[in-house]
Amino acid sequence: MLTSFSSSDIAASIAKSPTVDQIGILERVARIQTRSFKGASKIQGLKMALSMIDLTTLEGKDTPSKVRQLCYKAQHLHDQAPGLPMVAAVCVYPTMVKEAKKALGNSGIKVASVSTAFPSGQAPFEVKKIDTLYALENGADEIDMVISRGRFLAGDYQFIYDEIAAIKELCTSARLKVIFETGELDSLDQVRKISDLAIVAGADFIKTSTGKIQPAATFPVVLTMLGSIKDHFDRTGQMIGMKPAGGISSSKLALQHLLLVKEVLGEAWLTNEWYRFGASSLANDLLMQYQKQLTGKYQSAAYFSID
Amino acid sequence: MSQKNWNLEPSLESAALLKLQDQYELFIDGKWQAPLSKKYFDSINPSDESKLAKIAWANEADTDVAVKAARTAYENVWSKLSGAQRGKYLFRIARLMQEQAKELAILETLDGGKPIRESRDVDIPLACNHFFYYAGWADKLQEAFAGQQISSLGVAAQITPWNFPLLMLAWKVAPALACGNTVVLKPAETTSLTALKFAEICQQAGLPAGVVNIVTGYGDTGAALVAHTDIDKIAFTGSTAVGKQIQKACLGTSKKLTLELGGKSANIILEDAPIDQAVEGVINAIFFNQGHVCCAGSRLYVQESIAAQVLAKLKFRLQSIYVGNPLDKNTDIGAINSKKQLETIERYIKLGIAEGGQIYQPTCELPSKGYYCKPTLFTDVAQSATIAQEEIFGPVLTIQTFRTMEEVIQKANNSPYGLAAGVWTDKGSRIFGLSQQLRAGVVWANTYNKFDPASPFGGYKESGFGREGGRHGLSAYLKFSN
Amino acid sequence: MEILKTYKLYIGGQFPRTESGRSYAVKSVNGEHIANVCLSSKKDVRNAVQAARKAQLAWAGKSAFNRSQIVYRIAEMLEARKAQFIEELQALGQSKKSAESEVSMSIDRCVYYAGWADKYQSIIGSVNPVASAHFNFSVPEPTGVVGIVACQETALLGLISQLLPVIIGANTAVVLANATKPTCAISFAEVLATADVPGGVVNILTGQPAELLPTLSAHMDVNALSIAPIESKLQKEAQAEAIDNLKRVHIFVEPLYVKKAQGLPYIADFQEIKTTWHPIEQIAGGAGGY
Repeated sequence: MLTSFSSSDIAASIAKSPTVDQIGILERVARIQTRSFKGASKIQGLKMALSMIDLTTLEGKDTPSKVRQLCYKAQHLHDQAPGLPMVAAVCVYPTMVKEAKKALGNSGIKVASVSTAFPSGQAPFEVKKIDTLYALENGADEIDMVISRGRFLAGDYQFIYDEIAAIKELCTSARLKVIFETGELDSLDQVRKISDLAIVAGADFIKTSTGKIQPAATFPVVLTMLGSIKDHFDRTGQMIGMKPAGGISSSKLALQHLLLVKEVLGEAWLTNEWYRFGASSLANDLLMQYQKQLTGKYQSAAYFSID
Repeated sequence: MSQKNWNLEPSLESAALLKLQDQYELFIDGKWQAPLSKKYFDSINPSDESKLAKIAWANEADTDVAVKAARTAYENVWSKLSGAQRGKYLFRIARLMQEQAKELAILETLDGGKPIRESRDVDIPLACNHFFYYAGWADKLQEAFAGQQISSLGVAAQITPWNFPLLMLAWKVAPALACGNTVVLKPAETTSLTALKFAEICQQAGLPAGVVNIVTGYGDTGAALVAHTDIDKIAFTGSTAVGKQIQKACLGTSKKLTLELGGKSANIILEDAPIDQAVEGVINAIFFNQGHVCCAGSRLYVQESIAAQVLAKLKFRLQSIYVGNPLDKNTDIGAINSKKQLETIERYIKLGIAEGGQIYQPTCELPSKGYYCKPTLFTDVAQSATIAQEEIFGPVLTIQTFRTMEEVIQKANNSPYGLAAGVWTDKGSRIFGLSQQLRAGVVWANTYNKFDPASPFGGYKESGFGREGGRHGLSAYLKFSN
Repeated sequence: MEILKTYKLYIGGQFPRTESGRSYAVKSVNGEHIANVCLSSKKDVRNAVQAARKAQLAWAGKSAFNRSQIVYRIAEMLEARKAQFIEELQALGQSKKSAESEVSMSIDRCVYYAGWADKYQSIIGSVNPVASAHFNFSVPEPTGVVGIVACQETALLGLISQLLPVIIGANTAVVLANATKPTCAISFAEVLATADVPGGVVNILTGQPAELLPTLSAHMDVNALSIAPIESKLQKEAQAEAIDNLKRVHIFVEPLYVKKAQGLPYIADFQEIKTTWHPIEQIAGGAGGY
């Protein structure tokens, strides 16, 4: 169960966060970006990336019908190519959880629900709890909560800690992803701080963005978060998952992200239990690349279904 | 879904672009000339021990011909051109190098064993940029030295090392020509090919004959060049031992000398450092170019409070360093430049173990042919250990811990060398304080192994004298008179 | 009856006799005995280098402004003792006019270099526009301990012309004085001692360059040499000895007692250029004042 942290504990956790040199981060990223993917290892990477997708629709105009189509796509990525994996999860608003759950049945694909007044998080705490409970009661397997960025930037770390811990308490069997919306957090030092704080507060996954704000899952931000996960693991032996979301739309970027995970955290993280891509258009690009690898021909988007 | 062992496949750069000749002559007076010595030596690809080409081995008579050509070109042509005209030739050379950058990169990698990632992204672009940079100085020399009477020196003899063959050529040739001198360049015997390709580029640029001459060969060729009575300037990059020999050979002459010699540079991590970036900086400091870097951060000093963490991170990071075929785009550490150098490094590693150091090398397979060395860490190293004092010039890092700032400054400065130093700390005032106290010509704070044509490079103490790069780099190629 | 001065050495701010106990006579042009001065030994060189090394860090640690004030103070002290130096130079055979001119030029040179202390850095140093996201700047730093073989023609002006650019640049010095006219150098040491120049910053030895220079040029803790025109064999030997620890050697071929023997290059010769790099954080969307 939840251990209660005093504010001095939280201050200590933040104080332990190492400083981050942005230019050094960019250099490390540049090095990953010169890696070249070829042959069987590329195919393996593409399939791995497909299996890690949280296929997402988070729009005001979402309807049960739209969600059903997405859920079908999740199970049938590209039936023309046998042997492809299914995506890891479908990610929707709380109001769509019931529909998604029904559509996915016992496919094994999880239903993730955003919550806590996604995307802004600007709602009374009680509302955020209700929001989360609603998703859980409708069968959500995973909760993607947002933090209160304003409070965080104002230095109210106790509030952030309590908020995450309280939502975590509600997620008895669901896994909790904590969204930072790093595009609003100013610096990599802040990204590192919130990563460390969210992890001690009980996050199962840390996630970059809502997808509603640019920039989203940039390499520097992701690398900084991976650093936090690695240090936590080295200290405690506990694995934390990572979910970059928003902005990763090409296969090349996805493969580079996977390699970053492998080099920074290790191969243990290269499964959808510990790594997810929050994306909608990535899937088709991965599929097109996959087909290109198999056939040697560059592909056309017209041959890949959009849902 | 569990995916184990996701390993990158080799991604080889194609060498098909290259048109290697079987045999290379000397480049003198704008022409390819067979050596009077009639001798040739083989250039070996260190990644697989195959022979790349036969290369002319210049003797004293050959160097004499080259110096005479340079002198004639100096007197009849180059010294008579305006700075603006010289600059235009340099700009043209820079562009021609850029156009053929890929070919130069592949050639550098084949000949010297460095990873294609580095020759493509570091060596060749920096070499091109160096020509661009000094091209712009050619007609602004008086502005650079206001109030002083300046003139060109004459003929410069330039001897370059095998670790950054084309880049070191650029560091030497570009400022020399910009300042109005002509040159005779002797590349290192294991890495002559990019210099010879550069000769072609000089031809393409229409550079007047004799302004750049390239004499290939071993140390005896260099010695003959240094001893020549009609040279005005010697620029040497290489070992401290050879640098001292050159100085001795120049005694009693008026030859102007700049030396860029060895190093045993300290890289210092304080407890408030951005640790992950510092660890990456350490990797870059010692494993860049297989550690064949005069300013390599080969002595690591870590504050005791974070020593265990840093060491664990370093060891983990080494697992994703790829050692292998230099032409593989994914290779991080390529081939050791020569069999001789590999033997030197292996001797030091044995010595390090014998002296009580704890060795760590990652488990990785090395190619069966060619000269390779695993990235190597040594802990429990005493300041007095040979491997902590002597320059190894390979991928071997010694790690020591320290408690106080005073201690680490003393240890860092406790070396006859003074080329470079690294400092990792988040505190601004401390960066400046440490930077001031470290006796080294280059201090990298929260970074390492950065180079730029605008940035002066060179050492204190036995690491040499004179600067290359920046405005300061011009002084080496000018005569100052009151 | 006149009290005669004993000319001793100047090491670490003290005026010791040579440890060797030897002396030699300095005579006027007419052959009259002027004084017995110390005939320094190798061990005196060693002691002087030790004193110079010990003083160097603190001297370099002073602010450039402070070094400027101290060197200006040398000018003031020299001015106050002007008559003494003119007399000494005359005793060594110079005309009154030439002696007066040499002393006043010496004072002017002190004033000139005093002004440089906090300025040469701005001219020799630079901020370098590198292509990557780094702030990159180059600053001059003192080479360290400099051995000086003083001008053997003049007794005061040559010495000052070599010494001041060295110490104004935060180096410390071991000076081998003019062998045949050493008295002025020791009197100048008295000036230094009263001008707030910290002990050890300047150390002055009298004696024979042929005996002392090989030790000085071979000393592994001396970083540079400033050699006034001397016998070429001796000079070449010094250059050869200097190689072992790569001393920076500056040999003057031009006379040091002329008006133009001063300037920035004299300071720059005993400076090392240090280049420092630091990353510059890139702030997205920052308007940057433009």
